[in-house]
Amino acid sequence: MSNNMKYLTGPFSANNPVIVQILGICSALAVTVQLKPAIVMALSVTVVTAFSNLVMSLLRNGVPARIRIIVQLVVIAALVILVDQVLKAYVYEISKQLSVYVGLIITNCIVMGRVEAFALGNKPWASFLDGIGNGLGYGMILVIVAFFRELFGSGSLLGFRIIPESWYMTEGGFYSNCGLMLFPPMALIIVGCIIWVHRSRNKDLQEK
Amino acid sequence: MDKIKPTFSKGGKLGFLESTFDAFETFLFVPNTTTVKGAHIRDCNDMKRTMIMVVLALMPAFLFGCWWTGAQVGLEGFRAFFYGLVRVLPMVCVSYIVGLAIEFYFAQVRGHEVNEGFLVTGLLIPMIFPVSTPLWMVGLSTAFAVIFGKEVFGGTGMNVFNPALLARAFAFFAYTPSMSGEAVWYSNWTMMGAQVDGITGATALERLASSNADVLAGKIDVASMGYSPLDAFLGMIPGSFGETSTLAILIGGAILLFTGIASWRTMVSVFVGGLAMGYLFQALGVTTYPAWWHLIVGGFAFGAVFMATDPVTSAQTNKGKYIVGLMTGALAVLIRVVNPAYPEGMMLSILFMNALAPLVDYFVVEANISRRKKRVKLAK
Repeated sequence: MSNNMKYLTGPFSANNPVIVQILGICSALAVTVQLKPAIVMALSVTVVTAFSNLVMSLLRNGVPARIRIIVQLVVIAALVILVDQVLKAYVYEISKQLSVYVGLIITNCIVMGRVEAFALGNKPWASFLDGIGNGLGYGMILVIVAFFRELFGSGSLLGFRIIPESWYMTEGGFYSNCGLMLFPPMALIIVGCIIWVHRSRNKDLQEK
Repeated sequence: MDKIKPTFSKGGKLGFLESTFDAFETFLFVPNTTTVKGAHIRDCNDMKRTMIMVVLALMPAFLFGCWWTGAQVGLEGFRAFFYGLVRVLPMVCVSYIVGLAIEFYFAQVRGHEVNEGFLVTGLLIPMIFPVSTPLWMVGLSTAFAVIFGKEVFGGTGMNVFNPALLARAFAFFAYTPSMSGEAVWYSNWTMMGAQVDGITGATALERLASSNADVLAGKIDVASMGYSPLDAFLGMIPGSFGETSTLAILIGGAILLFTGIASWRTMVSVFVGGLAMGYLFQALGVTTYPAWWHLIVGGFAFGAVFMATDPVTSAQTNKGKYIVGLMTGALAVLIRVVNPAYPEGMMLSILFMNALAPLVDYFVVEANISRRKKRVKLAK
């Protein structure tokens, strides 16, 4: 596998930002009640990490080390505002659901972490791929968590009803949605389960 | 038994089932292994006998629950008892089968012994659920509690939270409509001529809260729980299956104390804490009914006797037991009175104190160390 491919696919599993580096947990708990906002959030973060990595990698030789954090913040904030405006223009409803969490991408540890740890020391194309990889790795976990939370918490996926109405107790059936799924603690437990499964499949990640 | 044992030992034909075999063997016979290292108290009790004593202590409340379930739907005497027994047995079976299956699986994978902790948990779970809870909810809550409350932390003896209460908390937050309200406390099975149509009734606790609010608002003069204190003490009030009868629970509590299994320190201080908090609220004018009503309604007595005294999740030091007990009782009444969203605070307060118990223990031990250090300095 070439290096570039490694940058792109590494964060999917072995170096996943959420379940291995435990970054970006806050938004993973907050925006995953339903699948749709989770997907939009995942794409937004991917765009921001990819382009902030690209821009900072291009600027890496011209920025004095002492002011690099400020420059990074300017770049990231500008990108986040762009994403926010695009979301407001095209998917207004979801943008309203995501509320402050779009703005909070600025403070997402993954974005700043990748810029600091990777983009400042690597070439633009590699940095760009690394940004996309990390964004997608983060998004993957978001989508998995949101899948379970929406399916068992609301009985639907992407807004479409999966569990038939007639199953519900209020309609005379036997089923009832799991209200706990709508609370953030359950998202944390699901993330914990994903980590559990992931670690048991990747022995080298297990702590001694 | 001894003949087939080698088949299940390491290297035997069915060696991978060693834990399972061991579990059944020691369940039926007193094990012939002895502790070889370290100092141990000599006692004929091992964990299995302890757990069976707890199950025995639960029996009065369980039998009363059976009778009362039938009596609530208009049956009398032995027929009422039989109806309740038939009604609750599926819940007991589901909780045991799901819980034990998970326990056996984890013990087998990890090569541990299977422990009997679940014998008690599996009986506690149906007793703290409303009798009309669908079986799949009981099963799911049990699975959640055993996996996330127990196995994740390393199995029996390692758990931070009481598994039975965790099951109740999971069900309460996940399936709130089936766990609270007016209709869920009654059995809904039509058999043996039970009159199940349309009986509803809030628990004494809920009535207490709402009538107290009415008194404070000036609508009525005297707060009431809708049942006489004697009925509440004997357990003739709506509630979860095994928690209604304070009398039956106290009989169980006496068995636990007599055999020395539960700590009287925890038990007494929970009651004292709850009573003190109740009188405080009464003195402040927040509640208008006698403070001791708190002790006989809802799950207070059940929690104090069977849940707070859990040797694993409660404090380990004697002083810690007093502190944790007092705070459990006080918090339960605090949540009951102040938080309108949770009429019953016992479950949340015990779980909360479970989380704090190690911290309390830590400070008790630290205080002891610093006191002894001071003594050493004085002696010099």
